[in-house]
Amino acid sequence: MSLLEVRGVSKSFRGLKAVSDASFSLPEGSINALIGPNGAGKTTIFNVVAGVYAPDAGEVLFGGRAIHGLRPHQVCAAGIGRTFQIVKPFSGLSVLDNVVVGALLRSKDVPAAKGYAAEIIEKLGLGAKRDLPASSLTLPDRKRLEVARALATRPRLLLLDEVMAGLRPTECDQMVEVFREINRAQGLTILLIEHVMRAVMALAQHVGVLHHGEVIARGTPAEVVRDPAVLESYLGEDVEV
Amino acid sequence: MSWDLVANVIIAGVLTGLVYGLMALGLSVIFGVVRVVNFAHGEMMAVAMYAAVLLFDRWGLDPFLAMVPVAAAFFALGYLLQAGLINPFITRPEHSQFMLLVAVAIIVVNALLIAFGPDARSVQTGYQLESFAAGKLLFDAARVYAAGAAVAAAALLFAFFRFTLTGKAVRACADNYLGAKVVGLNVKHLYALTFGLGAACVAVAGCALSVLLEVTPALGPGYTLLAFVIVIVGGLGSMSGALVGGVLIGASEALAGLLITPSAKSMFSFGLLILVLLLRPQGLLGRRT
Amino acid sequence: MNRRAWVLLSGLGALLVALPAFADSYVLSVATLILYLAFTGQAWNVMMGFAGQLSLGHALYVGVGAYVAGGLFFHYGLGPWAGLWIAMLACVAIGAVIGFLAFRFGISGVYFALLTIAFAEFTRIGFDHLRWTGGPGGMFLKVAQRDQIDLAHFRGPPEMYYYAILAICAGALALCAALLRSRAGYYWRAIREDEEAARALGIDTFRWKMAAVMISAAMTSVAGVFYAFYYNNLFPEQVFHISKSIEIILGPIIGGVGTLFGPVVGAALLTLLGDGLTELLAAFDWEVPGVKQVFYGLVLLVVVIFVPNGLWPPLARKLGLRR
Repeated sequence: MSLLEVRGVSKSFRGLKAVSDASFSLPEGSINALIGPNGAGKTTIFNVVAGVYAPDAGEVLFGGRAIHGLRPHQVCAAGIGRTFQIVKPFSGLSVLDNVVVGALLRSKDVPAAKGYAAEIIEKLGLGAKRDLPASSLTLPDRKRLEVARALATRPRLLLLDEVMAGLRPTECDQMVEVFREINRAQGLTILLIEHVMRAVMALAQHVGVLHHGEVIARGTPAEVVRDPAVLESYLGEDVEV
Repeated sequence: MSWDLVANVIIAGVLTGLVYGLMALGLSVIFGVVRVVNFAHGEMMAVAMYAAVLLFDRWGLDPFLAMVPVAAAFFALGYLLQAGLINPFITRPEHSQFMLLVAVAIIVVNALLIAFGPDARSVQTGYQLESFAAGKLLFDAARVYAAGAAVAAAALLFAFFRFTLTGKAVRACADNYLGAKVVGLNVKHLYALTFGLGAACVAVAGCALSVLLEVTPALGPGYTLLAFVIVIVGGLGSMSGALVGGVLIGASEALAGLLITPSAKSMFSFGLLILVLLLRPQGLLGRRT
Repeated sequence: MNRRAWVLLSGLGALLVALPAFADSYVLSVATLILYLAFTGQAWNVMMGFAGQLSLGHALYVGVGAYVAGGLFFHYGLGPWAGLWIAMLACVAIGAVIGFLAFRFGISGVYFALLTIAFAEFTRIGFDHLRWTGGPGGMFLKVAQRDQIDLAHFRGPPEMYYYAILAICAGALALCAALLRSRAGYYWRAIREDEEAARALGIDTFRWKMAAVMISAAMTSVAGVFYAFYYNNLFPEQVFHISKSIEIILGPIIGGVGTLFGPVVGAALLTLLGDGLTELLAAFDWEVPGVKQVFYGLVLLVVVIFVPNGLWPPLARKLGLRR
């Protein structure tokens, strides 16, 4: 069953077509990646799915229900969590409080939210830093916090926007493990935008490639990295994966 | 109500509006370039008016001549204010900067109160009683001179931004702070320069206004708001917008004063501000950021 | 709050309750003023400190609250306890209008502040021309016997007003403390920090910002009702003036925006120092209007430059009341 279906979505900004007739679907419980050169329209698609923009054309169906045109907080309530390319922590709040804000969506009161938030923080390896202000965290920790906060809303689909950028290979591998684990344990569907091919190859079961706003290839990671169109537009001939 | 009465009221409003426009131009330059919400703008205006009154009382210096030294002094003070006090606040949150200038405004208003007392002061010159006639239309001489000075000052400022290298550098800073720095412009100095220029505009406007109106310390906040109304209605970042806005507000306030009660005329301006903020925040001539 | 903080707070509370027993009328009036400013500052703090919306026209709510309750008493003899609810309703409605206009049209920051100023000024000039409220000449409420307590009409000796504002202030603190700990507190702080991120976590930021504005307006209207029946005379020029709006925000800014006790500490500090200064100058026969305000301006300047988060957080840390 497809959890997310994007059908013929187009989005322009003042005449510039950012996304053109994009279609794809994500099976429930799968991990998927969206790759492509900068400016290909990947974050725009995210923002359309997440409700930040309404598509000019096309539909977005989540669990069979049309969600295009809903506002961001409604999309989150429907079960889609997202992170941002440039992390946006609540700097003045502690790590725990950051995640509590997310947990409050589905928890009936603050104590319940705190309990669930604490669990998620442990799972992401931030337990020792739970009372520190978010502003004092390093970049990898901020990324973990961003993920923890989104996870606290108990999403069925998690949108990760270049969450591996700036992480060292070991840190990247740790994150990959966390996502694998959550996907395995809870059946969380994941869609990641990534440039770090190491993570894409390790995590993704399906990959879609965007170029100039259009989907130019899709398939398993192995298939996609051999696709001539992809090699020409993005990966280059001598790619090491 | 005869048409020539209405026409004369409009003319008076337009002429005074040009002076307000110059004051607003100073704010437009400061707000538009340095992005400082100069909440002390009206207070600066009041200080300029008092300076003109003082120079007139002490040395009999006509306010239009006083414009030169007062503008020079204001330029220097404005430069120092920006360089010394405000520059560090560029990176701070907006309301912090706002509060800084509110503090300056409070200090200035009350310092004026302490120095000059609450009573109104004014300048008495011969030409305040003269007027030019064109058929049934009357132009107060003082108002014409004041408006003329305003237009001249504005023209000088336009020329500076259009034709000089420094002026272009300032416009570059306004368009792109980071880019300007990358290209090697001394942004801090240029910001201070701009604030100084804005202050000089206020100085000229204040001296001009001193022949038209009395000054009291309490005048400050009202002019700050007026300047903001004009800048927002005319359009942020548009210099001609400030002048056009000034004329518009000046004329409509004068008309409103004629048609409704005079004390209610400011209501019109505030109503207009609310409408513009809601419907067309870039103002009449401004650019959408 | 830790144990030390509770002890200090209880001690202070006891002191305040006992104050009328040993204070003269001047001290009592200063204390009343401090509590009044602390309360209005706290009400403003809900909009700014919690939800991050800078309002520079809060005198609007004080004025409307005062005139509605005062006007109803003046024209229809309606007691303040009933008038209070109508005043609150009026202010909540106005706050909702301003909030709706601002948030639906995406107005924030400086523009929001200017919008609030415009509304306050518009109302000030409007009331100057309103016959029902006495226009610029003002409205005067009957001052009845000062030695008898007539609670129904909120009339009585200064002690009564003192205890009333003390209770109101304490109530406000309790309310804000509860709000901060609740879902509302978390959501408001998230919105204040990063509104877009808050939306991505399922928070309907429009609804919560509106809530903050309306709660703030309602609280401020109570101050207005108190003002009307304490001072007994209302002039649009004074009540709605921008200087009153600035007076409201001085306490929280100096004490610490967004904190619970910041506005109270700020109001107390400022009023005590200001009055102390005036007394000092009077002792030297130097009574010049405006000196106190210059002093306030200087304190504000120093705090904004050097202690932007307010004086209360570092003070609380020094006293061992906080981590």
